[in-house]
Amino acid sequence: MQSEAALALTSVSKTYGTVNALNEISLTIQSSQFVGLLGQNGAGKTTLFQLLTGLFNSDSGEIWVCGHDIRRDPIAALSSIGVVFQQSTLDLDLTVQGNLKFHCLLHGLSRSEAEQRIASELERFDMQGVRHQPVRSLSGGNRRKVELIRSLLHRPRLLLMDEATVGLDPESRKSLVNHVISLCKERDLAVLWSTHIVEEIQQADRVVVLDKGQILADSSPDRLLAEEDSVASLSDAFLHLINLNKTVGVVHE
Amino acid sequence: MKTMHAINAFSALSAREIGKFMRQKGRLFSALVRPALWLLVFAAGFQNVFGVAVIPPYESYIEYEVYITPGLLCMVILFNGMQSSLSMVYDREMGLMRLLLTAPLPRWYILFSKLMAGTLLSLLQVYSFMIICWLFEVDIPLYGALTALPAFILAALMLGALGLLLSVSVKQLENFAGMMNFVIFPMFFISPALYPLWKLEEAGAELVFQVAQYNPFSHAVELVRFALYGQLNLLSLGVVSGAFILFFSLAVWGYDPQKGVVGRSKAGR
Repeated sequence: MQSEAALALTSVSKTYGTVNALNEISLTIQSSQFVGLLGQNGAGKTTLFQLLTGLFNSDSGEIWVCGHDIRRDPIAALSSIGVVFQQSTLDLDLTVQGNLKFHCLLHGLSRSEAEQRIASELERFDMQGVRHQPVRSLSGGNRRKVELIRSLLHRPRLLLMDEATVGLDPESRKSLVNHVISLCKERDLAVLWSTHIVEEIQQADRVVVLDKGQILADSSPDRLLAEEDSVASLSDAFLHLINLNKTVGVVHE
Repeated sequence: MKTMHAINAFSALSAREIGKFMRQKGRLFSALVRPALWLLVFAAGFQNVFGVAVIPPYESYIEYEVYITPGLLCMVILFNGMQSSLSMVYDREMGLMRLLLTAPLPRWYILFSKLMAGTLLSLLQVYSFMIICWLFEVDIPLYGALTALPAFILAALMLGALGLLLSVSVKQLENFAGMMNFVIFPMFFISPALYPLWKLEEAGAELVFQVAQYNPFSHAVELVRFALYGQLNLLSLGVVSGAFILFFSLAVWGYDPQKGVVGRSKAGR
């Protein structure tokens, strides 16, 4: 058994046909860490999340979630993960309560436990008012909040947010980020927050830059800024790294 | 997997499927209108065209509508099985499939729970259609409702598993029309649902006759036909059970993460 990091990836690779979606990725996230995964469209972020959630198997390498190998012990690994996918996974015809209860039962919570947790999480996010509303009638921001609430109901130790703010206005985006950061510290929750919007991960403990299936950088936002000469912001540092990787690619070709 | 977890997950999956069925108010109606039309219009029109000889399990000459009733009951199950497939494709398109497949449950169990939920819906529709048959004085024995229950369940499991298997390769809801043409209609028409198979042989349609012999739907119809009269057709029982195991195993394999059917709905990296 691996050490009890919330997430530990060792040399993980994934290929689709001739496309190298992920190339020898290694990454560790400890409890209470908020890690931003920054990458442009097509960088390999979604593929990485598909491997972390067991939707795909990697071609090589190992993925350990809270000491459980996702391949050999997927049930234990998945019990420790909460996930908000890029694409909504809510049943639009069910109420908020219906969606949350469905998730609780799939995760093995008893009905009474489910009721309790749903009530307390809805209260925490100030969403009691929509409890019995069909999800279809909610705004995009509230739907995302429901997905976040749902991902926390079974008390995961690792929260995966796959471009969870897509389609949200800046205010809702900021509110979601702040919620997750506070949860991270309160509950010892490890968070992997994938995005291509740099502002969302300004407050992250670490920023991992992914491009063309490779990790280009893995350090704190401050250190990343310091390491990249003559850049004024994290955005510039990110673009600088991506452009540098492009140039390296051209030279190799 | 703990027992309570398994029970809770099964009840959640079943309740969702049944709730969806209840919300789609026209679904039960259309599921019953289709076979009812066959029974009341087709059977009436062809009553005197098709002469059905005395063949097991019947002990005397029967009316044509009596002959086609088991086939129509299986037609209800067949359509519901394919509807379950459609529901899987819908869940995949709406992203819900990801939620299901990332739940901490064995994948086979999730699929089996979906299958059982579909079977419950099939039974609901089958018994509703049986009531219609009795209302129109179709001469099927009352005890048949009980003796045919295991046959209905097995046929629903087999056809539901076929639906699951098809959902592995049906990528979009729009492809359902193709499934109608290439799966449902051939399965139904190349079977003893509407006419005894010996009629095909007698008419010289040797190839169709042979295909019908290997069609698992043929055996589902025969299994139900015999069971309605309290009899067991062992060959059909074997074929339907075998087909169920085969289809379900292939469906579980199709939803294996290495094959990655779920990810195919989204090719993004």
